[in-house]
Amino acid sequence: MMDGSFDDVLTGEQRIRNFNINFGPQHPAAHGVLRLVLELDGEIVERCDPHIGLLHRGTEKLMESRTYLQNLPYFDRLDYVAPMNQEHAWCLAIEKLTGTVVPRRAQLIRVLYSEIGRILNHLLNVTTQAMDVGALTPPLWGFEEREKLMVFYERACGARLHAAYFRPGGVHQDLPPDLLNDIEEWATHFPKVLDDIDGLLTENRIFKQRNADIGVISEEEIQHWGFSGVMVRGSGLAWDLRRAQPYECYDEFDFKIPVGKNGDCYDRYLCRMAEMRESTSIIHQAIAKLREPAGKTDVLARGKITPPKRGEMKTSMEALIHHFKLYTEGFHVPAGEVYAAVEAPKGEFGVYLVADGTNKPYRAKIRAPGFAHLQALDHICKGHLLADVSAIIGTLDIVFGEVDR
Amino acid sequence: MTDVATREAQITESLAELSAHIELKKGDLLQGNAIANGELTLRVAAQNLPALVEFLRSEATCRFSTLVDITAIDYPEREERFDVVYHFLSMYRNQRIRVKVATGEMEMVPSLIAIHPSANWFEREVFDMFGILFSGHPDLRRLLTDYGFRGHPLRKDFPTTGYIEVRYDDARKRVVYEPVKLVQEYRQFDFMSPWEGAEYILPGDDKAKA
Repeated sequence: MMDGSFDDVLTGEQRIRNFNINFGPQHPAAHGVLRLVLELDGEIVERCDPHIGLLHRGTEKLMESRTYLQNLPYFDRLDYVAPMNQEHAWCLAIEKLTGTVVPRRAQLIRVLYSEIGRILNHLLNVTTQAMDVGALTPPLWGFEEREKLMVFYERACGARLHAAYFRPGGVHQDLPPDLLNDIEEWATHFPKVLDDIDGLLTENRIFKQRNADIGVISEEEIQHWGFSGVMVRGSGLAWDLRRAQPYECYDEFDFKIPVGKNGDCYDRYLCRMAEMRESTSIIHQAIAKLREPAGKTDVLARGKITPPKRGEMKTSMEALIHHFKLYTEGFHVPAGEVYAAVEAPKGEFGVYLVADGTNKPYRAKIRAPGFAHLQALDHICKGHLLADVSAIIGTLDIVFGEVDR
Repeated sequence: MTDVATREAQITESLAELSAHIELKKGDLLQGNAIANGELTLRVAAQNLPALVEFLRSEATCRFSTLVDITAIDYPEREERFDVVYHFLSMYRNQRIRVKVATGEMEMVPSLIAIHPSANWFEREVFDMFGILFSGHPDLRRLLTDYGFRGHPLRKDFPTTGYIEVRYDDARKRVVYEPVKLVQEYRQFDFMSPWEGAEYILPGDDKAKA
């Protein structure tokens, strides 16, 4: 029998069943290839079952048959919005197992580019989330700045997106001479752009109506669902791995951790905006430190896991052999297991690496923040209106490269 | 440099304290504990896992209330071939801990959903990738692989190329599933040099004995 057909008009009773709809995988608000099976009671979401895996590429399986260095570019392809932050976790894991100390200049460059990655990510997230709730201009303005940042990526490593710039032991190459000046000039102007986006969104009535009091998350829920990053800070907990478990030289930098109050989509938006300002200040500090004499060291910890200098290869037979062995056989990592995590823009991005002493990882598990966030979607969406689902997906900050791996 | 060294020494010291505390309170549940690379690993039998995790979550000196990750490692040569690995984080104590459970192909591991709801997808993923069953999981479906997929890809005996490939067939106007056909054999490179104990026989080696 069809729903609501009036076969038994005498009693006036209708059979009503909840309506199931399929959302995605080809939907602009699905932020990639998310398929949701939604059960609706009128416009209220009763159940929401995300089907993921449409972008599953078997990264972890592939990594088991490749050398440590060959595995590095896979990390660019996880969260492709902020590629270098992912590489960072992989490098940290290898460095922790091999006991490599990264030279100061490489550490500073890593901090600099991690923060550029954070701005890249937040610009995309804030503006596309605004698009999900009805604003068109913010993404256009935000993407203009992202383009400039990608040029900085390109000037450092030759690729706009898939950088493969952070290497175990440091970074691939030193920065070209003018790049620091240009990044500094950009960072000086960038707060103005943020003010513009602020002006478009922060007090905008529609934006506030769509985001305030939507997807409220309490401290207890954070613990239950394993949240990290802005999803935690938006609810008032000042938890940031850069501060709590500092890696590289983040403990030398002066930055604030913005926290929200209500834990709703609007507070998370405000957190992301404030974090971009903090990142800009870290960029300024990193550039200043890179210009100090102490910041002018080599960019790779020369040793077994990094290539020799080009000049040495012309004169030294050992250096030439080392270069050949490094790029064919790769380096060996001592047996052991390690978990290394970084504060990626989306939250805690971790790598659990099990090494067996050969040149390939025995097992590498990638812990993506978006995975934990997305699985709570059912919990958060329950009782919200259908239109809020896209606002919530936006605020969870999901990129399928890392969720599906 | 010295900063890093002292920080690591502090971490190891506080982990040793924590480890001693857990040993004292719940020593009967543990099969072993070790600190390596500044990380504490506990080993526990499958049936004792929920009790230990509940203790770690609720005890005031631990408060490992965030389940960071669940994964597994396959050791095909072992009797109990899998290690299920749990990572926990305490935002309140700023500490991490790792719990390992050894399990076999036919055994079940108790699900942690009642204690940590976030275990849901992590356990589904482990089931999908390794075929490890979790008892008490309400919805143990495959998560990342295709609908109707067979096998468990992250097991060491599953080939990297897989068994099935998918393409769009223009004649039939639909997607078809076919056995994998490779133009060239998938190459697993062997990097060990003959001096480091390669086990294959090189051409001509057979003549050496005769």
